[in-house]
Amino acid sequence: MDLSDTPEEEEFRARLREWLAKTLPGLPPKPSPDDWPGRRAYDLGWQRRLYDAGYADVHWDASPATRLIFLEETEKAGAPYVGANFVGLLHAGPTIAAEGTEEQRERWLPPILRGEEVWCQGFSEPDAGSDLAALRTRAWRDGDDYVVTGSKIWTSHAEVADWCELLVRTDPEAPRHRGITWLAMPMDAPGITVRPLRTLAGSAEFAEVFLDEVRVPAVNRVGDENDGWRVTLVTLSFERGTAFAGEVVACRRVLGELAVEARENGRWDDPALRRRLGRLNAEFRALWRLTQWNVSAAQASGSVPGAAGSVFKLRYSHARQELYDAAAEVLGADCLDLDRPWTLDRLSSLSYTIAAGTSQIQHSIIAERILGLPKGR
Amino acid sequence: MRFRLTDDQRALRDGTRQLLVRRFGGEALRGAVESPGRLDRALWRALGEAGFFALRLPEAEGGVGLGLPEAVLVFEEAGRVLLPGPLAATHLAAGVVPGAATGEAVVSAVDGGLVEWLAQADVVRGDAAGAVPMRSLDPLTPLHRVPGGAAADPAPVAVLLTAAEQLGTAARVCELAAQHARAREQFGRPVGAFQAVAHLCAGMLVRSETARAAVYAAAVTGDPVDIAAARLLADEAAVRGARDCLQVHGGMGFTWESEVHLHLKRAWVRTQRAGGVTQSEEALAAALTAGTA
Repeated sequence: MDLSDTPEEEEFRARLREWLAKTLPGLPPKPSPDDWPGRRAYDLGWQRRLYDAGYADVHWDASPATRLIFLEETEKAGAPYVGANFVGLLHAGPTIAAEGTEEQRERWLPPILRGEEVWCQGFSEPDAGSDLAALRTRAWRDGDDYVVTGSKIWTSHAEVADWCELLVRTDPEAPRHRGITWLAMPMDAPGITVRPLRTLAGSAEFAEVFLDEVRVPAVNRVGDENDGWRVTLVTLSFERGTAFAGEVVACRRVLGELAVEARENGRWDDPALRRRLGRLNAEFRALWRLTQWNVSAAQASGSVPGAAGSVFKLRYSHARQELYDAAAEVLGADCLDLDRPWTLDRLSSLSYTIAAGTSQIQHSIIAERILGLPKGR
Repeated sequence: MRFRLTDDQRALRDGTRQLLVRRFGGEALRGAVESPGRLDRALWRALGEAGFFALRLPEAEGGVGLGLPEAVLVFEEAGRVLLPGPLAATHLAAGVVPGAATGEAVVSAVDGGLVEWLAQADVVRGDAAGAVPMRSLDPLTPLHRVPGGAAADPAPVAVLLTAAEQLGTAARVCELAAQHARAREQFGRPVGAFQAVAHLCAGMLVRSETARAAVYAAAVTGDPVDIAAARLLADEAAVRGARDCLQVHGGMGFTWESEVHLHLKRAWVRTQRAGGVTQSEEALAAALTAGTA
C-alpha cells in the first residue's frame, strides 16, 4: 500500500500547481448562479484555458490516479468546477469515446474538449426517476431519421445546451432494459420545448424538456439500436465513482472554515459542537481515502469503479448533508439567512441523496451486486 | 499512488487467516466461552512463532521487520475471529518485555481505568495496584478496574491496532448477516429479498468499507490525526455492524448460542480502549483549527 505520488504523478502535480497559480488570478468574476448564459460562457472559457494548457482531456485519457490529482489540486486552488461542461466531459464524452464510431468521435469530442459545445442529459422522465429503465419517450425510424416524442425531466443546463444525450425506447415489446437506444439530439431541432424548473433553493437549476416529433438523424445513434442500456451503464458507474472526488476536497475546506467561524463566534467552546466537527473531519478524511482506494482498484483492473462507486456515493451524499447541518449549528440564527453561502449549500445538498440514483437505489445495488442478496422489491 | 495490498501483504493476510481458522475456529471459540478466564498458552506461543507479536521488531532484534500496514492486516484477522487475549499490549511489548516477542510471555497493560487479562498476564505494564475484578460483559475478556487510573494520552499505535480489530469485527458481522439473509427463509422467500433487511446489510458494508480505507491509510501514513479518524470510523462500523447483524438474525441473534453477541460485546470492550471515542473526536477537532486538517 502506497499513498505517495510516483515520479510521473509528482511531476504532473507540480506542473499543474504552477499553472493554476499563474492562471487563476486572471480569471473573470464568477457569474451569479441564476445567470445561465453567463455560466455557460464562464465554464466554456475555463475549459478553453484547460485545453490550451493541455489539461482538457484529463478526465478521459489520463490514468485514474492522475485524474484524482487534477481534481485535488484544482479544488484546493479554488479553480472553477466543470459546471456546464459536466455532462459533456464526464458523461456523453466518455460514452462517445468508448462506444462511438470514428466519425462520431471526430464530430463531437473536439468541441467538448475545446469548450465550444455544451451537453445536457436526457435520461430521467417524469414517470421514471431512479427506475431509469421505465423510460417511455418513444422513437421510431422514419427514413434516415428517428422521430422522438415524449418528455424528460431534471435536465441540467438544458436551456444553454447544444446537444442532449438522449435515451429513447425504440422497442416497446422488448424486456424493459433491452429496447432502449442512445441518441445525440441537437437542442435546436424543431419540436423541442424547454421549460425551466425552479428548485427548492430558489434557482432554475434544471428544466423539463418536451419532445414533439423531433427528428434526430439515425447517424447520431451511439451503439446499436436497442443496446442503449449497456451503453449507459458505462457512464453511470463513473458518476458514482470518482465524479465527486473534487467535492470531497471542497468539503474538507468548508469544514476548516466552519472551525474558524465557530472560534470567532464562541461556539467552539461547546464540546458537543467541537466533537461533531471532529467526527465530520474523520468522515471526510475517510471519504478521501475511500476515493483513493477505489481509484487504485480501478487502475489495477483497468475498469471504472462499479458497485464500489455506490458505497462512496451513498456515504458521501449523506456526509455532505451532515456537513451543512453542522454549519447551521455553527451559524445559529444566521443559518436562516439566504445571503450566507452555507444556507444555499445546505439547501442544494438535499439533492445529493436523490440525484444519480437515490440512496435507496444505492443500498439495493450494494445488497445485490456486492453482498449477493436476492433481488427484492 | 498505489493504495492497494501488495502481493506480500495479501499473502500475509491469507496466511494469518488460515492459521487462525486452524487454531481458533468455531469449536475453539465455543470452548473458550465455556471456560472463561483461561488463556490458551499454546495458541499464544503459536502466534509468537508466526511472528504476530514480533512483526514490527527489526530483524536485527529477532523480529520480522515489517511495518504498521502489515500489523493492521494481522490484527484485522484477529478481530474477525474474536481471538482473545491482550494482543495489542503484548505486540507493543515486543522487544521491551522479555518473552513478549516470541509469545512466551503474556503482557497486559493498564489502559485508562481498566486492565484486560490481569490474572493470566505474566507482566502488567503500568500501575495495577489495588485492581478489583469486574464481572466482565464480554465472556472472552476478563477485566479489572484500577482505582484512580486516569486516561493518559494513548500511544497512536495502540489506537490503530484497536481500530484494526474493530475493522475485522465489522467485516465479519457483515458477512454473517449477508450469509443469514441469503439462507434464512420467511414468508416463503429468503429474508435478504426484503428491502428492509437488504438495506441493513448494505449499510453494514458501507460502514466497514469506509472504515477499511481509513484504517489502511492511517497505517500507511502513521499520522496521529489519520489514526484518530480511523478509530472513529472503525468503532462505528464494528458496534453498529454487530447490532445490525443481531437484528438481521432476529430472535436467533438474541440467544447465547449465536456468536453475534460475542462480536458486539468485544466491540464494546474495544471502544473503551486507548482513550476512547471522545479523545479521538477532540484530536480531530483540534486538527481543524491547527490547519492540519
